Amino acid sequence: MPIEIDIAHVARLARLGLSDEELESYKAQLGVILEHAARVQSLEVEPNVEAAHPLGLTNAFREDELRPSLDRDEVLGQAPDAIDGLFVVPPAMGAE
Amino acid sequence: MSWEPVIGIEVHVELMTDSKMFCGCAVDFGGEPNTRVCPTCLGLPGALPVTNRVAIESIMAIGLALDCEVSDRSVFHRKNYFYADLPKNFQISQFDVPVCHDGHLDIEVDGETRRIGIERAHMEEDTGKSTHLGAGGRIHAAEGTLLDFNRSGVPLVEVVSRPDLRSATESRVYAQELRSIVAELGVSDARLEEGSIRFDANVSIRPDGDHALGTKVEIKNMNSFRSLERAIAFEIERQIGVVDSGGEVIQETRHWDEETGVTHSMRVKEGSSDYRYFTEPDLVPMVMTTEWVAAIEQRLPELPGHRRARYAAQGVAEGTAGVLSALDADLRRLYDEAVLSGASPQSAANWITGEVVAWVRKAGIEAREVALDGPSLAELIEMVDEGSVSSSAAKEVLDGVLSGEGRPREVADQRDLLQMRDAGTLEKAVAEVLAAHPRAIEEFGAGEEKVVGFLVGQVMKATDGKADPRLVNQLIRERMSG
Amino acid sequence: MDIASRTEAQLHAFLTIDGQGAREAARQADADLADGIDRGPLHGIPVALKDNMCTRGVETTAASQILAGYIPPYDATVVTRLRSGGAVIVGKTNLDEFAMGSSTENSAYGTTYNPWDLSRVPGGSSGGSAASVAAGSSLLAFGSDTGGSIRQPASLCGVVGMKPTYGTVSRYGLIAFASSLDQIGPFARTVGDSALALASIWGYDPLDSTSYQGEYPNPDASLDRGVDGLRIGVVTELSGDGFEPAVEAATTDMVARLEKAGVKVSEVSLPTFDIALSAYYLIAPAEASSNLARFDGIRYGLRVDGATTEELMARTRAEGFGPEVTRRVLLGTYSLSAGYYDAFYGQAQRVRAAIQEDFARAYEQVDVLVSPTSPTVAFEAGARTADPLAMYLSDICNIPANMAGHPAISVPVGLDEAGLPIGFQVMAPALGEEVMYQVAAEVERLAGFEISPRVLEGAA
Repeated sequence: MPIEIDIAHVARLARLGLSDEELESYKAQLGVILEHAARVQSLEVEPNVEAAHPLGLTNAFREDELRPSLDRDEVLGQAPDAIDGLFVVPPAMGAE
Repeated sequence: MSWEPVIGIEVHVELMTDSKMFCGCAVDFGGEPNTRVCPTCLGLPGALPVTNRVAIESIMAIGLALDCEVSDRSVFHRKNYFYADLPKNFQISQFDVPVCHDGHLDIEVDGETRRIGIERAHMEEDTGKSTHLGAGGRIHAAEGTLLDFNRSGVPLVEVVSRPDLRSATESRVYAQELRSIVAELGVSDARLEEGSIRFDANVSIRPDGDHALGTKVEIKNMNSFRSLERAIAFEIERQIGVVDSGGEVIQETRHWDEETGVTHSMRVKEGSSDYRYFTEPDLVPMVMTTEWVAAIEQRLPELPGHRRARYAAQGVAEGTAGVLSALDADLRRLYDEAVLSGASPQSAANWITGEVVAWVRKAGIEAREVALDGPSLAELIEMVDEGSVSSSAAKEVLDGVLSGEGRPREVADQRDLLQMRDAGTLEKAVAEVLAAHPRAIEEFGAGEEKVVGFLVGQVMKATDGKADPRLVNQLIRERMSG
Repeated sequence: MDIASRTEAQLHAFLTIDGQGAREAARQADADLADGIDRGPLHGIPVALKDNMCTRGVETTAASQILAGYIPPYDATVVTRLRSGGAVIVGKTNLDEFAMGSSTENSAYGTTYNPWDLSRVPGGSSGGSAASVAAGSSLLAFGSDTGGSIRQPASLCGVVGMKPTYGTVSRYGLIAFASSLDQIGPFARTVGDSALALASIWGYDPLDSTSYQGEYPNPDASLDRGVDGLRIGVVTELSGDGFEPAVEAATTDMVARLEKAGVKVSEVSLPTFDIALSAYYLIAPAEASSNLARFDGIRYGLRVDGATTEELMARTRAEGFGPEVTRRVLLGTYSLSAGYYDAFYGQAQRVRAAIQEDFARAYEQVDVLVSPTSPTVAFEAGARTADPLAMYLSDICNIPANMAGHPAISVPVGLDEAGLPIGFQVMAPALGEEVMYQVAAEVERLAGFEISPRVLEGAA
């Protein structure tokens, strides 16, 4: 059975401004894919076991040392909109 | 209906490391916008984070200073949400296995000690800064937001208290004490005005005697300790007002407005945020070994609370101890050295918190430039105790020492401030005065005590004020009694 | 580059050919040699890079509209190492957008075609790199493998492609798809070249926290050892339904030849392989949904304006991402979302741990595991685009090695009746590149496969 999802909610969480038709289409596709993905629930596994880095790495640190930063022109050269060294965006609506 | 306020405080501390949390860009206050960024803190495609070891040691120090447990194993999580000042649109933070947890901070309020529980201290990265443009004043884009990512990626420690605070005053004291601990540890500038330490409060009320928690309101934008206290006090009253008039407190975030003295509701969010936390796959777990924790613990400096207690145990009065404890480290070291050189703790504390501090301020110098060391201060105190100088002359001697004229006895000598204490000279002076005032002896014999004061005054006059008045007093009594 | 100019019109393997940069690098390589400086095995060798590796000053798009015109201000570590090894970077190759796909048809810049049959796909997501090496327009190419994206196109294009042990090749500068699964790896025409290419790019990188600091294997040493006495496990789950007869026949045939060469063959069952695909399609999209959140029109790349930042982000992403990427971002967001995390993403991670255990048990009995690289040969362009799930099943043989972080290689062993290449996969335990290459070299010797795709016949 394909899985029913609240596609509008998911699209909003992911900041994807999709049209209603697109949403319907993705909803159907995702339903089928999730049905397949849900097969993971068929396996009984230990509850608190999570997959680890295959080589068991821990404590990857760097010393508190400076490295060169990027040249600002290079940084802002890629910006869709910038003034006086600052990136420009429209007013925010507020965080999620 | 009687209401009990219940308050929890969240603190964000910007660490004063040289480089950022996950990259080598500099951590610095101010500077031209977007000049301290790199692929990692700018969220460029392909960039990866690498954890700053000193930042982790700093949070361990903070946790240990707050009597927290340091987790054996800790991991980072991604907190996913979209916001313009968050370059990756997720923040690397910690979810259920923070570096430190379950500690406490004892505060003194109105002579009472209150233990405030600390739920956790976790590590995360700061966001960029956005400035909002108003309409007008620009050629294009009447309204908008400007973004500077210099602050993005700065190490941030979040300390969350349990909701154990019960008043606005307690909250302020808690915040101040936490701030002084962090500053003492040397891990952060911890300047509220600069934003290197930030406080948010969660405030709720419940009927007196109830144990369930009421609806909590988050208060933000408290930029000084005074406004923190005012804001929380206001919010408590506001909530009481709401329920007293039959309403319900809404769970929301409110902004404190220092000018108008009220909290304003921020836009109510539709439902609570879904951060979709999952373990950060670009980082590997951290293992805090017992040896590592012990090494950090050993390096901890003496913390304010312990210090105050130590001074009190040494005999310094509570008020003075508090003032002394809050002084510059160099002045506190002066105290310790003076005590080591034999000065009485109370005297040393009084001199430092009084005359020395006043002199330093007037001269406009740094505490470490003070030309006074522990042995000198001890010497000065000894001179007063033994009567070599009067208390008022001692202040002059101190001035001389601080001005670089030499050690106390030298200065006293040079400035001719030494009190006459030579027994022979004094006896001679006393004898002369007594001879000049025969009736005084009779009056003393008849029980007139104040005649002694008069005679002492005469001797002081005869010696140009140099005689040690206590010794003179003693000699006169001896002569008249014997 | 001559070959490129002759074949590109039909193949479209490249998104960017950096003629100037290549000629300069070639000149420098010559000059170095003349001065007696030999930078190593890749000195002067033309290589192509999948366009999801950041190259400073050269457009890098991840085959997406959202990065159209994006010029990275830094080189990926792998790129830095290639440059200092004297390699000549010819250009950036085509891929499925953000490495999501198994056919390169998801590229926003048009698909790449299979040199063996131009009506068919080269596989994906590193289709451009595979096609280029097959056609000879590069001697070596590099791709990335998250769920088979090097091995599967290698198989479909008749070249050698391998995925290293997770953590041995730096991901710094690789545009992330699924952080815990991505690895960069080489495409080559021979197993020996593959080993050389790997040696030139792997090694500890302090800029990547998941990078391995211990001792690295030395595959070069094992290439000529032969396979006498080695134990090989044939994975029972990777056969049957969905596997083309020619593919199964070629696999069985190669196993028989290996046995004759002295290998001990056994059948090994890894039951978790049956749900590995399901777990992968929860973990990979989840990580991707988070990794791709940074594409928001604010600091670089495509921007579609809006009245508010939220609108700007939503419009930019809707327009900038293709359908497959959109699908996976939605899928991933869902599997992480409140109320669903535990049953989907959380459970998938637990299954992943079980897969690792399954492998561990298997490697107690055998030295390597083998299977077909892909259940089918190259399929026709457009054949699977309408059915995402059908496309996902292309990777069923490859995904388990990614989930465990183990190395795996595809070696071409023959052609089917239509003249389309078939790949044979060898999997080894973590850091088992030596035994993996050891077996792969023998497979290559036994197969005697010739890389002669049709596209060169007309183009000569």
